[in-house]
Amino acid sequence: MILTGKQSWVFQNDLYINATGTAVGPKEKDGPLKETFDVTFDDLHCGEKNWELAERKLMNTAIETCIQKLNYTYDDVDFFLAGDLLNQNVTANFVARQNQIPFLCMFGACSTSMETLALGSALVDGGFANRIIAATSSHNATAERQFRYPTEYGGQKPDTATATVTGSGAALVSKEKGKVKITSATIGRVADYGIKDPFDMGSAMAPAAAQTISQHFKDLGREPSDYDLIVTGDLSGVGSPIVKDLLKEEGYNVFSTHNDCGLMIYRPDQNVFAGGSGCACSAVVTYGHLVEQIAKGELKRVFVVATGALLSPTMTQQKETIPTIAHGVVLESVEVEG
Amino acid sequence: MSDKNLKDNYSKKVQQYQPKPNYFLNCLKAFIIGGLICTFGQLVQNFYIRYFDFTKEDAGNPTVSTLVLIAVLLTAFGVYDRIGQFAGAGSAVPVTGFANSMASAAIEHRSEGIVLGIATNMFKLAGNVIVFGVTAAYIVGLIRYIFQHYLMHQL
Repeated sequence: MILTGKQSWVFQNDLYINATGTAVGPKEKDGPLKETFDVTFDDLHCGEKNWELAERKLMNTAIETCIQKLNYTYDDVDFFLAGDLLNQNVTANFVARQNQIPFLCMFGACSTSMETLALGSALVDGGFANRIIAATSSHNATAERQFRYPTEYGGQKPDTATATVTGSGAALVSKEKGKVKITSATIGRVADYGIKDPFDMGSAMAPAAAQTISQHFKDLGREPSDYDLIVTGDLSGVGSPIVKDLLKEEGYNVFSTHNDCGLMIYRPDQNVFAGGSGCACSAVVTYGHLVEQIAKGELKRVFVVATGALLSPTMTQQKETIPTIAHGVVLESVEVEG
Repeated sequence: MSDKNLKDNYSKKVQQYQPKPNYFLNCLKAFIIGGLICTFGQLVQNFYIRYFDFTKEDAGNPTVSTLVLIAVLLTAFGVYDRIGQFAGAGSAVPVTGFANSMASAAIEHRSEGIVLGIATNMFKLAGNVIVFGVTAAYIVGLIRYIFQHYLMHQL
């Protein structure tokens, strides 16, 4: 059975991440994971005329880097699954206009990284595709404009706020043998525990992450100790302790195995408030640092749970609470079999 | 009911995880930076009175213009948002904050063109200040007028 338990998929075929590509901006380059990114830009504009073009350049660069590692061209890829944070997913749509790969656009806010990877893997597993690319991007300045204020506006943010990661990550998935295996995925339900503050998405998203993680354990009959690392997307310094405590109430102790991409990507002294966020946060950390560690065998089995806050400024102004979602994908080191 | 209960509890429960704003320190920072901006404004006003023979009343306009110009330059060089993060209301309340809200919106929407980008969006943040400023000024002016012309005479 591919559908296992209530909302998890266990893939029937051996699926692999054959290559990944990551491109990031200056602040991420300055952070602790700088060595793990393929391409880094020194300038937030990435040499482009405006922020939206800069974000597109990041996604294009990530995808190109990814397929170049395998000496493929766009023609060798069957489907392209991507999304971002901007209205009408313009980054993904406009990148797809350029690369002409048959395209499925997706929106899951910051959970898009694992949403695209999970669905892409399902397509390959089901024989609907041989090779897919899953990609996502976010840009600090475009996200500020989309969700908050102009970049140069001098408003004060609280310490619960997060800094949107500038970057893009892409992964190519197929049945051709590689070093990182995709074994299962858990699709999340939308959770809303009544948090309204758009400057505190960690608190809002923690229940969604906890739901998806505990459901994953139930569906697969596993324990936290079956994983070397359970990594959430962008819960940051506020949401990370909450998700650990919520899971403890459910009877799962993840205190020693949990980490958060939003806490891994920056140093605390980089003026990032509670940590990093955005689609690219989980994407560049997973497709850079984590995939590297898994390929080396230093991490045997990792559950990546990308968390997304499905808010819009209009809904916030209409006093709506923030719906959130989390999707998880299990990545395993190939050596784990032998 | 139980769903609502869960929501209420969660909001309360997570408060312990959220870093508390340091109100005293924030107020102190706002007071010092806001005070510095106003002191600087006073120096500029005195300068206009002393060297350009403005009266005390007339010196207000060039003083505001000067502060607005400086705030716009600081916004354009990417400094004002950093001051704002540090000072909060201290740099938002003076006229420099108003200038920053307009200049930042203008810079942000330059990519959509001069008319529909800059001109349309320039008042995106400052518009509410103008609406409520004008409305409040009108109401206060009306009260003052009624008070002065009718009530004062009767006394």
